Amino acid sequence: MSTQNEADHHPDGATVHGTTDPIQILDADGTVLSNAEVPDLSDDDLVSMYEDIKLARQFDQRAISLQRQGRIATYAPMTGQEGAQVATGYALDRQDWLLPTYREHAAKYVHGMKLSALLKPLCGLREGYAIPDGVTVMPEYIPIATQIPQATGMAWGEQLQGQTDTAVLCHFGDGATSEGDFHEGLNFAGVFDVPAVFVCNNNQWAISVPREHQTASETIAQKGAAYGIEGVRVDGLDPLAVYAVTHAALQKAKNPADGERRPTLIEAVQYRYGAHTTADDPSTYREEDEAEDWREKDPLDRMRNFLTNEGLLDDDLEAEIDDRIEAQLTDAIESVEGATTHPTTMFDHVYDELPDRLREQQDELESLRKKYGDDAFHEVLE
Amino acid sequence: MSSTGSDEAATPEEESREGVSQVETETETATATTTETMNLVEAVRNALHTEMARDEHVVVLGEDVAENGGVFRATEGLLESFGDERVVDTPLAESGIVGTAIGLAMTDMRPVAEMQFMGFAYPAFDQLVSHAARMRSRSHGQYTVPMVVRAPYGGGIRAPEHHSESKEAFFVHEPGLKVVVPSTPADAKGLLIASIRDPDPVVFLEPKLVYRAFREDVPTNAYETPLGKAAVKREGSDVTVYTWGAMVHPTLIAADNVADEDGIDVEVVDLRTLSPLDVETVVDSFEKTGRAVVVHEAPKTAGLGAEIAATIQEEALLHQEAPITRVAGYDVPMPLHELEDYYLPQALRIQEGIRETVSF
Repeated sequence: MSTQNEADHHPDGATVHGTTDPIQILDADGTVLSNAEVPDLSDDDLVSMYEDIKLARQFDQRAISLQRQGRIATYAPMTGQEGAQVATGYALDRQDWLLPTYREHAAKYVHGMKLSALLKPLCGLREGYAIPDGVTVMPEYIPIATQIPQATGMAWGEQLQGQTDTAVLCHFGDGATSEGDFHEGLNFAGVFDVPAVFVCNNNQWAISVPREHQTASETIAQKGAAYGIEGVRVDGLDPLAVYAVTHAALQKAKNPADGERRPTLIEAVQYRYGAHTTADDPSTYREEDEAEDWREKDPLDRMRNFLTNEGLLDDDLEAEIDDRIEAQLTDAIESVEGATTHPTTMFDHVYDELPDRLREQQDELESLRKKYGDDAFHEVLE
Repeated sequence: MSSTGSDEAATPEEESREGVSQVETETETATATTTETMNLVEAVRNALHTEMARDEHVVVLGEDVAENGGVFRATEGLLESFGDERVVDTPLAESGIVGTAIGLAMTDMRPVAEMQFMGFAYPAFDQLVSHAARMRSRSHGQYTVPMVVRAPYGGGIRAPEHHSESKEAFFVHEPGLKVVVPSTPADAKGLLIASIRDPDPVVFLEPKLVYRAFREDVPTNAYETPLGKAAVKREGSDVTVYTWGAMVHPTLIAADNVADEDGIDVEVVDLRTLSPLDVETVVDSFEKTGRAVVVHEAPKTAGLGAEIAATIQEEALLHQEAPITRVAGYDVPMPLHELEDYYLPQALRIQEGIRETVSF
C-alpha cells in the first residue's frame, strides 16, 4: 500500500484524493471557481438547498434557546455544518438509506423526517425516532461509530436482494474514525464491495480533542486507501462541492465503472462553530477566535452570494423564505411542546409480543399510578 | 514516561516502590486532622489528586479528561498539576483506552481510565472481561492488572439516550473484576483510593445523579475505605433494604417515611462494593430483621437483587419471615427523560416495597 505522500493512484486504478486539498466549487465569497463546474441542479433545487441551510441554522438557534429555557434537554448544535448535511441529503435518491448521528438534524429533515420528529427526543419522547413509512432514515446514532458497520450491512443487504438502485449513506464525525467500528465497517465495505458512502463530518473537534490529536494521519480521507476504497476530501462548508462529491460517490456505488470499487470515504472538512452539545463549554479547551477563519467560508453566506450572483435570489425571495422558515419552526415547536407520552409506552416495542413478566411490571406501574397519582412520581420526597 | 523509573520499579504489591511517597497512608479508622466540605464529584477529583501526588505511577486517561477536565469535571485541574504525560486525552476509542490501560498496568503503571458514560463502555467490554479480569488467573498469579476503570452511571439527570444506563451486573458477573459504587463524597474518596491501590482491576461506578446533590466533610488526607465492606447506613429491626449508589438517598428517605407513617423500623445497608459482595454484612442484617428489600435502578431481571436474594436463601433461610422484594428498574430499555421518573425506583416505590414486605 502506498504511503500517504504517494497515494494518488490506488492499485485498483481508483483515484485517491485523500491527501489533496479539499475539493471546492465556490470560493470563500461564493463565486464559482474558474476551474469548477456547478452541479447539474435546477434553479429551484439550488434555491431550495439554500432555504434548507437557512432553516437548519434557524432550527439550531431556536433549539439552543429552548434548551437554555429548560424547554428541551441536551442538544447537539450543527451551525457551520448545515451546508454539508443539506448537500449530502440532496445527493440522495429517495430510496437511499441515511444513517445519521445525533448532530445530523438537517440531513434527516432533508431526507424526509419532520421537524417535529427531530424535536421529540429532545422533549424526552422516543416517538421522534419512529421511521415513517417511505422514509429511509435510521434513528440517530448516539454511541460513536456503531452505525458504520451497520451501514455496510444495509448496503450489502440491498445488494444481495438485487436493489441496484439503492445505496446507503453513513454520517459520522472525526472522533468516530478512532473507534474499532470505523475500521471494521470500512474494511467489510471494501471486502464485500457494497454500495455505501461514508461521510466523515470532520468538524475538527471531538468534544475537546482536536483533529490532530485524534489521529496521526495527515488526512481522514487517506484512511480509505487502507481499505482499498476511494477517499475524497471536500470543503465541507461548500454545499455545491459536497453535493457534487456525494452525488458522484452515490452514482459510483450504484454503477461502478470497470475496476472501480463501490464504497467511498468522503472527508467533509468543516468546523463546529459552537459547543459539542448544550452541556459543553468550548471556552475551557479552545480559543474562541479560532472559528473566525472558518466563518469567512460560511456555507450560508456562500450560497446566498452564489444565488445572488446567479440572479436566483433577491430581497423579496429572501423575505418569503424567512417567513416560511419562521412558520415551519413555530408550528413544529408548538406541536411538540404540548405532546405527552403515556408512562406505559416504555413497555411498547421491547419485543414483538409483550412477555408475561413485562406485562406484570406494566400492571404494577399502572396500579401505583392509580393509587398515588402521577404527581407522586415527580415529587422528590424528603 | 521516563520519569517513572519503571525499569527499576518493583512489583505492584510491594509498598516501597520507587516513586511512591510513604506519607499519609492512613486507614479509615485513623483520625483525620483536617476535613473539607465536598460533593461527590469533588471527592473523586480529590482522590485522584491525592493518589497522583503520592504515586507517580498513577496516570489518568480517557476522552476529554485533560484539557476539558472531564465532561463532569471529575478530572479538572489534574492536567495543570501533573502534566500531559500523566493526564492524557486519548483518541475516541473505549477499547483503545482500556486495552492500553491494561498494557500500562502490566508495566507497573497505575492507570485510572475513564469511560465517559457507562452506556459507552461496551466497546471496552472485551478488554475488560477477556483480559483485565483474567490476567492474574491466565498467568498463574505472575501478572495482574492494577487498573481502575471509572464510569458515571445511572439515570435521573434528563440525559439523552444511552447516557443513563445502570448495567453493573454485566461487570459483577465477570470473575476477576471488582465492582465498586460509592454513595457519598467521603466513601467516593476512600473507595477510589483503595481501588487505585488494589492489585486487581476495579470497575468504579460513579452515581452521576448525586455528583453534586449534597456536600459533606471529607478528610483531606489520603485514606482507604476498604473494598468488599458494606456500610449500615441506618439501623433497624423490621426489614433490611439493600442498595447502593444513587438509590441510597431515596431509600433513606423512604425508611424515614415508613418509620413516621407506619412505625416500620428499617435497616439500610449500602453495599458500596458489589463484587466481591460483603456476604457477612448482608447475612448479619437479614438474621436480625428476617425481611429484605433490594433496591436498584438496573433492570430487575438478572440484576444484583437476584444475587442478593439467592445469597440470603442460601445462608439464612431459617430466619426468613417474608418473600424478598426487588424494587428495580423495569425490564425495558431505559426510557428517555420524559418517563424516567416512572422507570427509576423513587422513594414512593421503595416505601411500597417495604410496606408489602413487612405486611406479608
